[in-house]
Amino acid sequence: MTESSSQNANVVAECLRSWNPQAVVEVIEFRGETTIVVPRELLRATAERCCKDAKLQYNLLTDATCVDRTPAEPRFELNYHLVSIPRREKVRLRVWLDGNDPVVDSLVPVWPGANWLEREIFDLFGIRFTGHPELRRILLPDDWEGHPLRRDYPVEGYRDVPNTGELFRKSSTP
Amino acid sequence: MVLNMGPQHPSTHGVLRILLELDGETVVKAIPDLGYLHTGIEKSCEDKTYSQAITLTDRMDYLNPLGNNLVYCLAVEKLLGLEVPKRAQYIRVMMVELQRISSHLVWLGTHAIDLGAMTVFLYCFREREEILKIFELFTGQRMMTSYIRIGGLALDPPAGWRQAVERFLKMMPSRVDEYETLLTENRIWIGRTKGVGYISAEDAVALSMTGPTLRAAGVAYDNRKVFPYSSYEEFKFDVPTRTESDCYARYLVRVAEMRESLKIIRQAMGKISNEGPIKAEAPGIIPPQREKMKTEMEALIYHFKIFTEGFSPALGEVFVTVESPRGELGCFIASDGSPKPLRVHFRGPSYINLQALPKLIEGQLISDVIACIGTIDIVLGEVDR
Repeated sequence: MTESSSQNANVVAECLRSWNPQAVVEVIEFRGETTIVVPRELLRATAERCCKDAKLQYNLLTDATCVDRTPAEPRFELNYHLVSIPRREKVRLRVWLDGNDPVVDSLVPVWPGANWLEREIFDLFGIRFTGHPELRRILLPDDWEGHPLRRDYPVEGYRDVPNTGELFRKSSTP
Repeated sequence: MVLNMGPQHPSTHGVLRILLELDGETVVKAIPDLGYLHTGIEKSCEDKTYSQAITLTDRMDYLNPLGNNLVYCLAVEKLLGLEVPKRAQYIRVMMVELQRISSHLVWLGTHAIDLGAMTVFLYCFREREEILKIFELFTGQRMMTSYIRIGGLALDPPAGWRQAVERFLKMMPSRVDEYETLLTENRIWIGRTKGVGYISAEDAVALSMTGPTLRAAGVAYDNRKVFPYSSYEEFKFDVPTRTESDCYARYLVRVAEMRESLKIIRQAMGKISNEGPIKAEAPGIIPPQREKMKTEMEALIYHFKIFTEGFSPALGEVFVTVESPRGELGCFIASDGSPKPLRVHFRGPSYINLQALPKLIEGQLISDVIACIGTIDIVLGEVDR
């Protein structure tokens, strides 16, 4: 299993490098999983390549999530988990984002399924996706303050500030 | 007209709210509004040690607690590089397949009652009760089992478990036939489901749909076959697919899956030996046996350390996926080398599949909205987490 996964890592990395030498910053292997670190500017183009290239065919974006590594910088690590259904392979694309400027291209034009995944990351981490058709909170109320999954947000929340949500208040008064 | 459907509406299977823009009875636009059940499970996981977080996973997809336990434990085991004994793997497979049947039964019962067939609901819950009794026998709990633990299982199977599962296996095939006689050729059922909620295979993949909804569109993507885990590669079973991709096809796929699960349970029972370990040998990670603690110094120290500070996996990230009754259930864990995870993320299939709901219902009649919500089989506990 480990052998085939590192083979796959070579296929993906070579294919991307032959397309654009700048596209692959680093290839990480851990526990049989392949991670390709991509520069922020090239994320959408690389993702499109992964999806459309006949040798890669990563047609399913199964998951996207963020890790907050504060106080380290760059602070945010975005992980996109791709699956190729015809090739039966997985790969992870990773982008590092600066804490002061957490903005990245949206992948909705490549995989429409990225829509809610990115909205969730926006909601809980406060990362903005340019080109997203409808970037607003999804799990929390629209007027929630802060982004709870950031590491500097307390686990208990801010209890002394009760927040029932502006939405609720608006609809209860005529 | 804009109609506000839910969040308190029996056919939304929980607290889903949908804003429906209507033209007469036709849906022009649908906007799902979620988050009513958001409990911050991922945030809570970051504040617990690896073993403490298992009880939280039960509470996401409450129709598939064993599957949630499994995906979380598989992820932690992968992070640790831990090998689980075969006997425990087979018991896991058997339990998860029982869970799949019980989840499909709830789906079938509630889907049918939404569309007006009361009897099916009563029949499905009758059989589900039998499965919950088996879970109670194994774990002491009917729903929030927390039975699958890091490195193995919580308990050895109890005395008499074979007879109990055997009895269920004997009874179940004829009961599935019974549901089919009630529905498969029922003209009202066909009228309400055939041709309703169509989505093309390309759209389904593009929208990241997985599970029976994707397989009913003709894509045979099942994690148990494509990326086998917990020894699924040793089991013989088929992945049922259809090509019509409507509510009726999804019904047929799920009923066929119940029959396949029965096959897997039968094989698993043959593979589970009466004696053998149910936990991996990993001092410092797996709590030692009670007997050893009373006689060995190291065992006592390990026990104390595991429950006071936990264990620290290597630095790194893993992403593990399993096939839940609803689709691809994934668990992502990032470790920073401390006893608590840096980040735990669950890829809930309900959440992602629900994204396709507007695609399924826009342009359809309002009565079909109910059929479409039912057909993607959502559990709001998992959608909102």
